[in-house]
Amino acid sequence: MPVLWLMIAVLLLATAGYVAGRHRALASAGNDPRDLHSLPSYYGSHVFIMTAVPAFIFMMIWLLTQPLVIENRISGVIPETAISEDTTRSLVMADVRRVAEGLNLAVEQGAMTQEEASTVRAEFTDIRQRLGEVGVALGTNVEPFVLRAAQQYRELSASLSTWMTLTVAGLAIVGCGIGLVRSRKDFRARNVVEAAILALLMLASTIAILTTLGIILSMLFETRNFFQQYPWHDFFFGLTWSPSFSGRGGASQLGIVPLLWGTLYISFIALLVAVPIGLFAAIYMSEYASPSVRAVAKPLIEILAGIPTIVYGLFALITVGPLLRDYFAQPMGLGESASSVMTAGIVMGIMLIPFVSSLSDDIINAVPQAMRDGSLGLGATQSETIKQVIVPAALPGIVGAILLAASRAIGETMIVVLGAGAAAKLDLNPFEAMTTVTVKIVSQLTGDTDFASAETLVAFALGLTLFVITLGLNVLALYIVRKYREQYE
Amino acid sequence: MTDASIPGAAPEAQKSSLLVKDAHTKKRNAAEARFRMYGLAAVCTGILALVLLLTSILSNGLSSFQQTFIVLEVELPSEKLDKTGNRDRAEMAKVSTFGYQPLIADAMERKMSERGIALEGLSAKDAAGLISKEAPAQLRNFVLANPDVLDTTQTFEFLASGRVDGYYKGRVTMQTAELDKNISPDQLQLADLLLEEGTLETRFNWRFFTAPDASGQRPEAAGLGVAILGSFYMMLVVLCLALPIGVATSIYLEEFAPKNRLTDLIEVNISNLAAVPSIVFGILGLAIFINFAGLPQSAPIVGGLVLTLMTLPTIIISTRASLKSVPPSIRDAALGIGASKMQSVFHHVLPLAAPGILTGTIIGLAQALGETAPLLLIGMVAFVREYPSAPPEGFFDPASALPVQIYNWTQRSDPAFVERASGAIIVLLAFLLVMNAIAILLRRKFERRW
Repeated sequence: MPVLWLMIAVLLLATAGYVAGRHRALASAGNDPRDLHSLPSYYGSHVFIMTAVPAFIFMMIWLLTQPLVIENRISGVIPETAISEDTTRSLVMADVRRVAEGLNLAVEQGAMTQEEASTVRAEFTDIRQRLGEVGVALGTNVEPFVLRAAQQYRELSASLSTWMTLTVAGLAIVGCGIGLVRSRKDFRARNVVEAAILALLMLASTIAILTTLGIILSMLFETRNFFQQYPWHDFFFGLTWSPSFSGRGGASQLGIVPLLWGTLYISFIALLVAVPIGLFAAIYMSEYASPSVRAVAKPLIEILAGIPTIVYGLFALITVGPLLRDYFAQPMGLGESASSVMTAGIVMGIMLIPFVSSLSDDIINAVPQAMRDGSLGLGATQSETIKQVIVPAALPGIVGAILLAASRAIGETMIVVLGAGAAAKLDLNPFEAMTTVTVKIVSQLTGDTDFASAETLVAFALGLTLFVITLGLNVLALYIVRKYREQYE
Repeated sequence: MTDASIPGAAPEAQKSSLLVKDAHTKKRNAAEARFRMYGLAAVCTGILALVLLLTSILSNGLSSFQQTFIVLEVELPSEKLDKTGNRDRAEMAKVSTFGYQPLIADAMERKMSERGIALEGLSAKDAAGLISKEAPAQLRNFVLANPDVLDTTQTFEFLASGRVDGYYKGRVTMQTAELDKNISPDQLQLADLLLEEGTLETRFNWRFFTAPDASGQRPEAAGLGVAILGSFYMMLVVLCLALPIGVATSIYLEEFAPKNRLTDLIEVNISNLAAVPSIVFGILGLAIFINFAGLPQSAPIVGGLVLTLMTLPTIIISTRASLKSVPPSIRDAALGIGASKMQSVFHHVLPLAAPGILTGTIIGLAQALGETAPLLLIGMVAFVREYPSAPPEGFFDPASALPVQIYNWTQRSDPAFVERASGAIIVLLAFLLVMNAIAILLRRKFERRW
């Protein structure tokens, strides 16, 4: 790992720079720290930053662009004729990369000399067998042009790596030197170091923006690719979902409607379970329960929020599903399947109980005590106060909480993967297995995926739809909650 | 209600007394009691659901910590295992596990005749069927590791097959064995005889925590070793990235950021990221880290990066809360004696907020540990038997993760894997419990009221 060693070397140099810078500054003030502009350690830190930061930033940019440059140069070497009908340039490039890695491995293990690896000819040597010996299994025999491209790939990446090492080392040394020269007693080291730290803090806080940008751009880009292969109106209004991985081309029908139906149906049942239970639990705990009951019951219910969704999924799969099938679906003749809308909905509802209850609890507690006192003073019972004063006052906040819970339900994955089934259906029977957007994202993107086919790319369009729906719900909910909160503050 | 206001009602009002409840009051009181009961019922339903969930997992999973073993003395003849006789490992490796299978059958037969156990209609092959299909591989690995044991008789502890194991855990009965092509009632009777005689025993199963995953035919050998290691690596990555980035972001937003458009944008982004479905982060990881940046699939580094992005909002929110709870007088005092703004934050505010930050980080890590969906998309579902090597190279090796391993086991047909999956969940919940307990303890111990 040359990169790792390079990093360690730069860090060592920077540490040495720290010590030297501190010393130099102190010496320039005649070893009297009072004559320095800043504390001695700031002079050290200044040299450290000057050494490490430019070098690391440069290294990061180089490492990110190097693959692109190599890819571009090598892909020009591959002759047009080599790209026949059943392969694409990216597939050939993948072969080239594999062969290049195989050659590297062979050199590393001593099965080939460095020279042999760069001069070996596919016409005379069985590369596939030679690489097989070192544990690199290749699917087909290596074409001469692939081998030549792979050899160039190796040369190019080796020379680029050397250049990078030299430049990074040079930057570190120059930075260290400049830092040391500047380490005099009148130099405002603290201001420089603090400015650098502030820049670092700002950089860290932009990661949130970058993440959102990454999510949106990556999905938009792939979704555009998808809509180039598959008409958008068929996707948004199509009533059947039947992707075919065997028959590529027009055989797949990728309509989102049945998936959305399943998603909304399951979320609806989940809310039907979670909202009454969560709301009543919140009301009981904030208005009726004694402090000791509250101290026990509230954390117990909140444990439900800390349990990973895979646990709920397994609960649906091995307990709730068979229970519903044996005691409800089969006796009533409604279905034979253990995984059903009902199973996933109920279990998801349980998951959402603490979500609804703790949000509503906060909101109910925010209703001013004067309103309660006024109502009770007029002779209303406690339940009348709750029903006619507190709940109406807290209603916007409660609606916000329910919308947040709905957005959670729509985006939930593991419970529906294990509890809802995989059949895309437009059906009203809640004991029938149906499927959701998230389940299909998982099933289209796991296993061997080919990022050129519409069947894989559809997952990005599904993801984008999901992202837009949940984002809309969240923004709406936050808006309502925020507006409500201002009312009483 | 005074008599004066409603003159006609005076005689009626005399009839009603404060001490006797009229029908309307009774109705109102009944409604009150009912409403209160609804609330109590809701709380009880919530707790009941928790109890049901935990009981279901515990009752299914606790048995996975027990395993049935069979102890046998196996002869290791060199004429079969090392035909050239020069103890060369490369030569010996040519004998596949099929070459070791008969040795186990022989050992079983010898054991039975020695102890005088005989069952009609049960061949030596059937008797050897009690032992896991993993056993020949175990034998082979042992021999290849220590070639000098050839031509001696060694005592081995083999796993019993999944069905025999299930028989002692109540999953397999004589009735189900009738219909099962992997086990017969005769074999189960033999197992009972071996149990009486002490060759077969059921005891605590350390292998469950250390062994790697095993194929669908040998649930008895499947363990969580690779998954626990993979999860640990991912948590390391998350800790090393999310904590510094999260704390830096919070300090900037809470202490330095001017109130402007950019700051607003960052704040809105953070609160939205906290609510984005986890699977979307998986899509991001697949598109950016794997397809664009070219990082390997199934690698802990990719999982760690994705989980870092997911945990960041949690850490940022809790860090900001604890920075906010440090009273301004501390900052003012530091500034008053000549510290710079940066010094007041890093020397005074941050140390005082550290317990809260730590608590938030642990809770964020616990969340990340249980997350499954995004890991499915970045290829962590692959069947991985090799332990990843030590960091930093290990971060790029394929590995599994605890929750993904659970998902993987639920997708297999053998019912023994349901037990394994539930057992793995107990392990996962135990980790989460410990992490949350540490967080609560830290909060109790270091929390300061100003």
